[in-house]
Amino acid sequence: MTTTAVRKDGPAAVTPAPTVGGHVRNYLSRVRGGDVGALPAVLGLIVLCTVFAILRPSSFLSAGNFANLFTQGAAVTLIAMGLVFVLLLGEIDLSAGFASGVCAAVLANVVTVLGYPWWVAVLAAVATGVVIGTTLGMLVAKIGIPSFVVTLAGFLAFQGVVLLLVQEGTNISVRDEVLVAIANRNLAPTLGWALTALAVVGYGAVQLLRHRNRVARGLITDPIAVLALRIGGLAVILGTAMYVLNLERSRNVLIVSLKGVPIVVPIIAVLLVIWTFVLQRTSYGRHIYAVGGNREAARRAGIDVDRIRISVFVICSSMAAIGGIVAASRANSVDPNTGGSNVLLYAVGAAVIGGTSLFGGKGRVLDAVLGGAVVAVIENGMGLMGYDAGVKYVVTGVVLLLAASVDALSRRRAAATGSR
Amino acid sequence: MSATPLLELRGIDKSFGPVQVLRDVALTVHPGEVTALVGDNGAGKSTLVKCISGIHPSDAGEFLFNGEPVHIGSPRDAATLGIEVVYQDLALCDNLDIVQNMFLGRERRSGIVLDEPTMEQLAAETLAGLSIRTVTSLRQHVSSLSGGQRQTVAIAKAVLWNSKLVILDEPTAALGVAQTAQVLELVRRLADNGLAVVLISHNMNDVFAVSDRIAALYLGQMVAQVKTTDITHAQVVELITAGRSGGLGLATDPGSNGDGPEPADSISGGVR
Repeated sequence: MTTTAVRKDGPAAVTPAPTVGGHVRNYLSRVRGGDVGALPAVLGLIVLCTVFAILRPSSFLSAGNFANLFTQGAAVTLIAMGLVFVLLLGEIDLSAGFASGVCAAVLANVVTVLGYPWWVAVLAAVATGVVIGTTLGMLVAKIGIPSFVVTLAGFLAFQGVVLLLVQEGTNISVRDEVLVAIANRNLAPTLGWALTALAVVGYGAVQLLRHRNRVARGLITDPIAVLALRIGGLAVILGTAMYVLNLERSRNVLIVSLKGVPIVVPIIAVLLVIWTFVLQRTSYGRHIYAVGGNREAARRAGIDVDRIRISVFVICSSMAAIGGIVAASRANSVDPNTGGSNVLLYAVGAAVIGGTSLFGGKGRVLDAVLGGAVVAVIENGMGLMGYDAGVKYVVTGVVLLLAASVDALSRRRAAATGSR
Repeated sequence: MSATPLLELRGIDKSFGPVQVLRDVALTVHPGEVTALVGDNGAGKSTLVKCISGIHPSDAGEFLFNGEPVHIGSPRDAATLGIEVVYQDLALCDNLDIVQNMFLGRERRSGIVLDEPTMEQLAAETLAGLSIRTVTSLRQHVSSLSGGQRQTVAIAKAVLWNSKLVILDEPTAALGVAQTAQVLELVRRLADNGLAVVLISHNMNDVFAVSDRIAALYLGQMVAQVKTTDITHAQVVELITAGRSGGLGLATDPGSNGDGPEPADSISGGVR
């Protein structure tokens, strides 16, 4: 009836294979349409690194500092990865920082005061995170208190709980070999290379299998060149990082040799792969996006919205627990300020800078890692520049605001160009 | 068209507290036909749809599905029977793509992993089966679709589940001329594919363009259900606004407590 509607033989028909150029144009038009994704974080990272590299070439660009960046940013990144789930629903968890503090305090108490082995302490810390998350989620989903208020109350209460757990202001040291190793020891260089190879081959295999499956069914696929670029890009990035991290970082090799990937890096990488899989490849992850995009539509589609809302708080607090364990490992101790001061805002900042929307429905776990890198570079670079904490806070605050503006503006742009 | 109606309602009553919204309503819906449900605001169209879809179970009355008595107590019951409703506000997730929306809540999986290629294929087949050619990519986010395309996706979503009865709540209310034509064409095609379609609309042009039968509600009562070819534009408007038109509709004062009209094709009068 309507001739304008006829564009091709129907959606099932095989369209001409997309070209690399078409792929690039597609991406550019998406960016122009407001779907900027992680672009601001990547650009920001490049700009920041260039600036610091020019201003402090010897210290910022050293292999030792590169390794430092990872251990510095690890705790915040892990908390941010959990926060992504909460943000995807358009909710917020302001208590994640001190929740990580509470879990770290539980860890220290179990391992140091009670003398249990490290894995019992880790389980206890993560279990604490699960309990905290369930409580917060129940209050938000079942009672209907806004998450902002619930987690603000949690923010205050958990601060108190940390104080109580570390006996009013003293600190508990963490001396367990395994726990200390998490943020302070490195993988043997050969093991690092083996894991890198495994990651690249695994990624390549998944991509190629999916490509073959789609071709076999006559579905539209990305051009093979784009696939090759992706796999090659990952190999180059991981390979470069691995090479630098495997350089000797010790000031005096005769006393101690210091090289290899910090152990916390593969921990983050594994969690990144697991959570990305959950969000992108399982129906649970799909339902999280659906609830974040249109809660009423999700409810009508038969999705148990309350269950999803509770579960994201559980994930967030559990990831905060893992962040707390890493923080305790890095400091070799837990004190009343673990998970306090700027940890929470850095974590929210990391997620938002990476491209996770504060309005819900948009975001990836990878965003938290990219944003965490930006936050870590700012913190690290400003420190090397000799600025005091005040300036660092102001700059990080401004960056967070910039990221939130990009989010809000790209949303407006997407709304404006939505009905093209 | 077909001898046994797909869905037959008899004597449906529904009250919200002291307000009786539906009074002894009867409705028959045949497969392969578009039944237009018309009525003024507050006549009970939406409530009737909610009774059929199980959102507000009716207080009294009989449901016959394919001639068998059934009980619809929840949306799940309705879905099991093959009744799908496309609501006015579409209930699509803007941040998901077309395939993801069509399978929302009923994703195909292999193991714990989503089976994306199968879902994409099924979605493509469904859209092709409805001769929908207006969407260029199934992996487009719904936020980038026009109003007509969204309506198309919402309808295709309802059809995907081997549904037998599709209820459309004002599908063209927010659309322009060309898009309205597309959606109406799609509505017609659903019926031609053998589905029973109930179309709620305020727009008489739409009603006369696609419907086979017209059922008119007036203040919670079914005043007439007739073939579209047996009735004129003006008569339908009279039925909607006054509850009767010539020999059609309520024979007496519409405020009175009439017995329900007889089903399909009959011209019923409210009998005191």
